[in-house]
Amino acid sequence: MTVSEWASEPVNWVFLVVGLLVLVSGFRVVTAKNVVHAALFLVATLAGTAVLFLMLSAEFVAWVLVLVYIGAVIVLFLFGIMITRAPTGRDLGLDADRKAWPAFLSVATFVLLSWASIDAFGSEVVQEVGDPTSTETLGLALLGRFVIPFEVVSFVLLAALIGGITIARRDLDPVEEEQRRAV
Amino acid sequence: MPVAQFLILAAALFSLGIYGLLVRRNIVLILLSLELMLNAVNINLIAFESVIRSADAIGQVFSVFVITVAAAEVGIGLAIVLVIFRNRKSANVDDLSLMRW
Repeated sequence: MTVSEWASEPVNWVFLVVGLLVLVSGFRVVTAKNVVHAALFLVATLAGTAVLFLMLSAEFVAWVLVLVYIGAVIVLFLFGIMITRAPTGRDLGLDADRKAWPAFLSVATFVLLSWASIDAFGSEVVQEVGDPTSTETLGLALLGRFVIPFEVVSFVLLAALIGGITIARRDLDPVEEEQRRAV
Repeated sequence: MPVAQFLILAAALFSLGIYGLLVRRNIVLILLSLELMLNAVNINLIAFESVIRSADAIGQVFSVFVITVAAAEVGIGLAIVLVIFRNRKSANVDDLSLMRW
């Protein structure tokens, strides 16, 4: 596909804008000097990702991403930041001092992954469908062919819920517990 | 729309996640970078699904599973961070060298 062919599709320009937003805010997530800003830049990254999912006609997953990630996970992260009293202003001690090897490693990963992607899928194009994948299709797949993985994942969530509460609750002192029992 | 552009974007996000994971010292920020990497995997799954267009929308089903597991992981991870902070008064991974030989 030539550049002019690429540029003649308006949807590619939408991709360019959204992709740049995702990349820039993703870069700021790992470089921001302020912990709260890093979490808020992750919101921008996830919102851009949701738009990309809509472009690929994955409507249900896009809204799940908005609800679960932006709605719940980010709030949990902000709580975590507040509770651990991480300095919410600028903080220069957030990063390790030696950055050359991590930077090299991540660039090498990027080159390897994108080379493999282009090599394997360079000629493939997104199959356009009229309607986005309906929630009905996904629901039937989740409760039909994938019902056992679905139940396993729900069990994982339950275990994580109970585990999270058990790990994070403050244990009473033995003396205090004795007094509570006596009452 | 060539699908490779989505895959390259996901590769870039994944690499940024690796960089953050290795460079950050604060545990909460390390978990944020991990979310970035999981998100890149989701983009890949959805992009592959848009090429094969299976009857059951397998790629989308799997990305729903990834999102669920990521949510569970954040819950447990932050609970552990909370306990570490309560015991050590710090969320810095450089201070957690007790089990290092």
